[in-house]
Amino acid sequence: MGLCPNINGDIKKMQKVFSLIVDNTSGVLSRISGLFSRRGYNIESITAGVTADPRFTRITIVTNGDEDILDQIEKQVEKLIDVRHIKVLEPDNSVYRELAMVKVRASAEARQGLVAMSDIFRAKIVDVASDSVIIEITGNKAKIEAFINLLCDYEILELARTGIAGLSRGAEDVVYF
Amino acid sequence: MVGADTIVKCLEKEGVEVLFGYPGVAICPFFNSILNTDIEAILVRTEQNAAHAANGYARVTGKVGVCVATSGPGATNLITGIATAYADSIPLVCITGQVESSLLGYDTFQEADITGAVESFVKYSYLIRDVKEIPRVFKEAFHIASTGRKGPVLIDIPSDIQRAAVQKFEYPEEVKLRTYKPTVKGHAVQIKKVITELSKAERPIICVGGGVLLSGARKELRAFAHKYNIPVVSTLMGIGAMPTDDELYFGMVGNNGKSYANKAMNESDLLIMIGARVADRAVSQPDLITENKVLVHIDVDPAEIGKQVGPHIPLVGDIKHIFKDFEAESFECNYSDWLNKLNEYKKNAPVRKSPSKDYVDPAVLIGLISDELEDDAIYVADVGQNQMWSCGYYKAKNGRFLTSGGMGTMGYSIPAAMGAKRGNNKKQVVAVCGDGSFQMSMMELATMQQYKIPFKIFVFHNGYLGLVREYQHNAYKANYSVVDLTGSPEFEHIAKAYNMGFMKLSNMDDIEKNVKTILSDDSPMLIEVMIDPMDTVK
Repeated sequence: MGLCPNINGDIKKMQKVFSLIVDNTSGVLSRISGLFSRRGYNIESITAGVTADPRFTRITIVTNGDEDILDQIEKQVEKLIDVRHIKVLEPDNSVYRELAMVKVRASAEARQGLVAMSDIFRAKIVDVASDSVIIEITGNKAKIEAFINLLCDYEILELARTGIAGLSRGAEDVVYF
Repeated sequence: MVGADTIVKCLEKEGVEVLFGYPGVAICPFFNSILNTDIEAILVRTEQNAAHAANGYARVTGKVGVCVATSGPGATNLITGIATAYADSIPLVCITGQVESSLLGYDTFQEADITGAVESFVKYSYLIRDVKEIPRVFKEAFHIASTGRKGPVLIDIPSDIQRAAVQKFEYPEEVKLRTYKPTVKGHAVQIKKVITELSKAERPIICVGGGVLLSGARKELRAFAHKYNIPVVSTLMGIGAMPTDDELYFGMVGNNGKSYANKAMNESDLLIMIGARVADRAVSQPDLITENKVLVHIDVDPAEIGKQVGPHIPLVGDIKHIFKDFEAESFECNYSDWLNKLNEYKKNAPVRKSPSKDYVDPAVLIGLISDELEDDAIYVADVGQNQMWSCGYYKAKNGRFLTSGGMGTMGYSIPAAMGAKRGNNKKQVVAVCGDGSFQMSMMELATMQQYKIPFKIFVFHNGYLGLVREYQHNAYKANYSVVDLTGSPEFEHIAKAYNMGFMKLSNMDDIEKNVKTILSDDSPMLIEVMIDPMDTVK
């Protein structure tokens, strides 16, 4: 449950998305990232932002490993004193989103094609210069990767991705403090 | 009243009676305030030893050890001591001074990001930004250090916060840490499962680790083992949980342990690990301890269970509490065949070959020291060959055996013995170290003399970093590299310089009489023990 084969199709290595509620204190992000680096756990992406209650920060971490490693990650993270709550965002029962901004070289003639493609992906053009555009796209990882792959026909000048943020569906497992 | 006064009041509220420290500008307000109390501040000769002394103190008293250092190099010097305590789950509160808040981040003189630097060796750390936080932070720090899986907590306090004015002092009645709630009580279903397995088992074995001692569950362990005649082995950190001469005790496991202890563990059909983390030196192949047997793993830290090996029955909780629950259960069993077999293994175990007669045999000497020590004496072993000999030949009774297990920090024994003695002045204390480890902390002889903290120090003198030399002998075809301790001082002169008693044990002549003489009083004394340079642990 909650495991999906990662992109390489490696059966033993699974990907897992953890959602953490942590105290909004200085140094909390370094305590968590430090734990991952010193124990040799992978971080595919990590995002953090304050919650509706300013005392807390929500951190979404995408990580991978075999089942034993993922189990250890959960236990070790839970052990950190700043971590109030940890849960796994099961793919079937959660919504993940990521935002990416792509700066593409685009002459006046090339722009039209980019606009059409952005429309199909519900992406937005947020900046236009004489020889480039910036496109903003939001979605799950697969959608963003598909879009970036299509842009390879153009020249990608710069790319910024946020990493995913996620929430579980429904109100059943909401935690109140 | 200033911030520093409130720090001292916090320590008083926590029942601190002694701390080990080294001052500097950034912690001066604190050392100024400490003069107004009954708390004794002991000046060690280097900060690392303040942490080791607090470690020894904590282990024998069951209280939290406190060490204090200044900012920058004072704080960084503490790190090895903090890491040593962390690896063995010893409760410490480490207080460091810091440069003024307004200068933080400007690479100020003696500024070091100590909370960042110790992040991976502490249970938690604080950098105090507001003088009002002091009472809450101290209340939390002592609570975190001493509950659940114990460990060091560091509090970094800028000097302006120590000097800031405070109107009134109020110490919180309780901690408000909503997410930090260590499990104390074991799960009832899991406890029943363990009892069921014990009643089915033919060859059970209990392997105890340091957790049993940290939980104060030695009495309960001994009673439980004896009620059902269950054999017990221990890890290095578990030495002393059972008396060595107990008919149910079968020695230390691991690559430097007893062959019959490892055999007992491997051939058992039910292995109950209690407060032991299945570390690499105790269990070199974790997969093997689940083969053909049921593995029960009992620990207060849920993250330790399943870290090295997946147990069939995990049981999280405080060990003392769990033993009480075991006590309430009863079952029928008879393990006498198994015990006979283990006794057979013990009887037929290979005997250590005696080293050259021109020197002292460390194994025999350690046995004699153990025999001569009082029933509740504290024996502190350092790290190296001397530690392996101590583990192998020290005979535990009702005292304590202290050593740096997880980190294997050389130089631990003298400061730790100092802390242990200060924690319990009436108990007899001995430190046993090598000529390498002695020279890592011999500056503390001054602290011993200054504060009148007497104990005996046995220095095993073989002129080598023995355990490394032994390793190079085996792994590098006797290509000895940088392990020769030529240039060491005359130990007799060192003892004289520090105004201590001295004796040299050159060989086995009159050894029994000499050990008796050495241990007949409580005066500080250095004993140089000549060991065959080529002697090996096994």
